[in-house]
Amino acid sequence: MSQGKGQGAEKVIECMKCGIVMELGNVEVTYLNSKFPIQLPKCPQCGLVYIPEELATGKMLEVEKALEDK
Amino acid sequence: MDHKKIMEFEEKCIQEHPPACNATCPVHVDVRSMLAEIKAGRFTEAFHIYRKSVPLPGIISHICDQPCRSACKRGGAGDAIAIAALEKACVQQMSIPLPKTTPSPRKPERVVIVGGGLRGLTAAHDLAKKGYSVTLFEAGSTLGESLSKNFAAVLPSQVIAEDLAIFDQLGVAIQLNTTVDKDISLAALSQDYDAVFLSTLPSEQQDQLTIDPITLSTEQKGVFAAGSPDKERAASPIGAVAEGRRAAISIDRYLQGVSLTAARENEGSFKTRLFTSIIGVEPLPVVPLGHNRSFYGQEEAMQEAARCIQCQCLECVKVCQYLTHFKGYPKKYIRQINHNLKMIKGRHEANTLINSCSLCGLCQEVCPEGLHLGELCGLARQEMVTKGKMPPSAHDFPIRDMEFSNGEQCVLTRHQPGHTVSNYLFFPGCQLSASAPNHVERAYAYVTEQLSGGVGLMLRCCGAPAEWSGRTEVFDGELQQIKAQWEEMGRPRLILACSTCGQMFKKHLPEMKTISLWELYDQYGLPEVAGAERPARVAVHDACTSRQEEDLQERVRKILRELGCQIDELPTSRDKTECCGYGGLMQFANHGLADDVMKRRINQSPADYVAYCAICRDNFAGKGKRTYHLLDLIYGEANPVAPARRGPGYSQRRENRVRLKNKLLKELWGEKTVLAENSFATIKLWIAEDVQEVMEHRLILVEDIQKVIEHAERTGKKLFNHESGHYLAYYQPVSVTYWVEYQPENEGFRIYNTYSHRMEIPHGDE
Ligand SMILES: [Zn+2]
Repeated sequence: MSQGKGQGAEKVIECMKCGIVMELGNVEVTYLNSKFPIQLPKCPQCGLVYIPEELATGKMLEVEKALEDK
Repeated sequence: MDHKKIMEFEEKCIQEHPPACNATCPVHVDVRSMLAEIKAGRFTEAFHIYRKSVPLPGIISHICDQPCRSACKRGGAGDAIAIAALEKACVQQMSIPLPKTTPSPRKPERVVIVGGGLRGLTAAHDLAKKGYSVTLFEAGSTLGESLSKNFAAVLPSQVIAEDLAIFDQLGVAIQLNTTVDKDISLAALSQDYDAVFLSTLPSEQQDQLTIDPITLSTEQKGVFAAGSPDKERAASPIGAVAEGRRAAISIDRYLQGVSLTAARENEGSFKTRLFTSIIGVEPLPVVPLGHNRSFYGQEEAMQEAARCIQCQCLECVKVCQYLTHFKGYPKKYIRQINHNLKMIKGRHEANTLINSCSLCGLCQEVCPEGLHLGELCGLARQEMVTKGKMPPSAHDFPIRDMEFSNGEQCVLTRHQPGHTVSNYLFFPGCQLSASAPNHVERAYAYVTEQLSGGVGLMLRCCGAPAEWSGRTEVFDGELQQIKAQWEEMGRPRLILACSTCGQMFKKHLPEMKTISLWELYDQYGLPEVAGAERPARVAVHDACTSRQEEDLQERVRKILRELGCQIDELPTSRDKTECCGYGGLMQFANHGLADDVMKRRINQSPADYVAYCAICRDNFAGKGKRTYHLLDLIYGEANPVAPARRGPGYSQRRENRVRLKNKLLKELWGEKTVLAENSFATIKLWIAEDVQEVMEHRLILVEDIQKVIEHAERTGKKLFNHESGHYLAYYQPVSVTYWVEYQPENEGFRIYNTYSHRMEIPHGDE
C-alpha cells in the first residue's frame, strides 16, 4: 500500500501527547486476518499514527474491498 | 446452494433461447446474426453464417420456402422480414471466392446415398464432411438433374453447377444412371456398404419398409430412408434439406454405435420459448425488390436487414436499473452467482451483484416465465452469511441502525393509557419514527380516538434489514421478540403504517392479524384540517413491498381523491412499481446504483410524488424531487410550492426515535424517563452543512465523532496539523476506525472533516 498524497505530511503533524513531530515509520495494519506493512507518519515515542484521508478513502478502501471479496 | 435449485432459476430465463425465425427454420439458420451482418454491409460474414447451417447455399437461397418468415416477429409491426431474399443477396454479394471445403480425417466406413435430390445431396454432403467414404447414386445422367427439372424457373443452371462442385472437393463418388431395384438390389447395397440412405423411396419399397419419423431408420439394420408420407414436409425444399440432415445424423450415430434417439427434440422446426415484445416497435413495410429485378441490391438488402428487431426478451432488464447496471441478463447473473457461491479461493466477483439487488420482485412480475432473481440473491446472501463469506462492510451500517432502533433507548410496548388490554396494536415502524415522529404521534392519536377496546403502541423495527442482509438468525431473533410481546399484549390486531413491516409479518408471522393505517383512515374518515396545504395533482409511488397489496394501493388512491388530489399514474406502478433504492439494502451495498435508481424513478413524471413509505419519501426528496408522505397530505402539510423538504440525516433519525419514545412516555403515560446519557453524548459539535453531507455519504454519525473527540481529549492522544491549525484524532469504537479533524469552539468543537476505514491500526483503540 502506498500512502500517496500523505507523503511528507509527517513534517507538519505533531503528536500532542508527546509534543514531537511525526516521522515516517513502519506500521502493520490488519484486516480480516491479513497483515499489511505500511510506511506511515508515526510518533517515534508513543506510536500514534496518521492515516491521511486520501489513503483511507482511496487505496486502503480498495484493499479492504479486495479482502472482503476473497 | 443445491444444484437443482440453481438450475430451476436458470431454466426460467429464456433470453438465450433462439429467436422464432431460427427455431422455425428446419435447419436453424442463425437469421438474427446474419441480418445484423447484412445491416452492417458485411455480406461475406453474413454468408458464412448462412452456410454454417445450409449445405448448398447457392441452390437453397434460390428455392427456400422460408417457413421462418411466417414466424418473424417483425410481422407484428409492419411486414415480416424478407429473409429468403436477403439470403439470396448474401450469396450474390459475397466479395471473396468461397474457400474450399475439406472433410474431416477419413473414416473407414462406407455409406451409399440413393437419390440426388435435396435429401440425398444434403446427406452426402454432411457425411462426406464428417470423413465417411460416400457414394451417391443418381438416376439421371447428370448430378442435379432433378433440381434443374423441379426448379427450372428459379434456379439458374450455373448456380447448380457452382454448388455441386463441393462434392468433388469432398471426394464423393457419383454413380450416374443408377436406380435401385433396376440396376442394383437393396440387399446387394446392404451387403456392400456399412449404411444405406434411400433418399427417395422407390414405390416397390414403400410397402416393405416402415420409417421411424425421428431417426429415419427402418426395420432393416443400417438402412435409412426418407420420402415420408408427410406431404407438407416433402413439398418444402428446406424441409427436404432438414430430412437429409436428419438421416446423416442418424447414420453417423449408427456407425459410431451411439444412441439414435437421444436429444433430437430440437432437430427440425420447433417452437421457441423466447419472448419478444413488439410494444413500441415502429411499424415498417418490407423494402421492395429493385426495379425489374427479382433480388435485392446491396443497399436495399442492408435497409431490409435493418428492419430486423434482433429478437430478444430482456423484459426484466428493461424495467430494472439493477439488471441494466451489470450489463447482462438473469441467466448470465445466475451463472455468476452460482460460481460465486461454489468457489472457495479467489476473488468473489459476484458479491456486489448479489448484494445490489433490491429484492423487490419486479423482475418476476414482468418475466414471461415468472423468474424472481431477488429470491436467488436473498438465498445467496443467507449462504454467504452462514459460510462467513459476507463482506462485513456491505450491511454493517443498517444492521447497527436496526440494533439501535431495537435498543432500550428506542423500543416501547404499552397498552393505551387507561387501558389494561389491547384490541389493536399500532406498529408505525422504525423509519416513520425516524423520518417524521410527529406523524407517529398524530396517527396514534387518530387510531386511539377512532377505535375502541384499547390501541396499544409498539415502537421498534420489524427486522427487515436483518432479513435483507441474509442474517437469518438475527432476523428470527427479532421476530421472536415481536411475537412474544404481541402475545403478552393479548394477540391484538396490528395497525401498520409501513408496507415493509407488512411484508415481513405476512410472510414470517402469519398468525399476527394486521390492518393498514390507510385502511383505517379510509374507513373512519379523514381528519378535518384547517388551512390545509395540498397539491392539486400528484403521482403515486407505490412502495415495492406493497407490490402484492392491491387493496392497500387502492385505499391510498381513494384517500388521495378524497383529499381533492388528481392522480397521475407513473409508467410503472402498483404490482409493477419500482424500488426507491433502499429495498434489499441496495443503498448501502451499492450507493452509486441506488442513486441511479432514485434518479430514474423521479424522472418518470413532472408531477409531485406521494409515497406511503417514509424511506421512499426521503430518498426522492433527498434528490430534489418534491415528494410527500401520505400523512403530509392527510394532515395538510404538503406545500406544493416550497422546495423539496429533505429528510433528516442518519444521526437525526436516531435522535428522532429516542425523542419520540421519551415524548410519548412523558405525554401519554406520564412517565419520566431518565436518559442514560453516555459521557460523549454531551459534547457539543459545530458541523457545517458540507461536512454533514460528507458524514451522510460516509455513513458517519454524530455520536461516532463525539466518541473520537471524547477519547482524544480524555487521553490526550491527538495530532496537530501545523499547516491547517487543526487537531486530528482517531478512535475505533467497534469495527470501523473514525478520523476527525477539529478545533475547540464555543464550549464545543468545530468539525472540519471526518473519514473512516476498516483496516485496523495496532493499538488503535487504546
Ligand atoms: Zn506520541
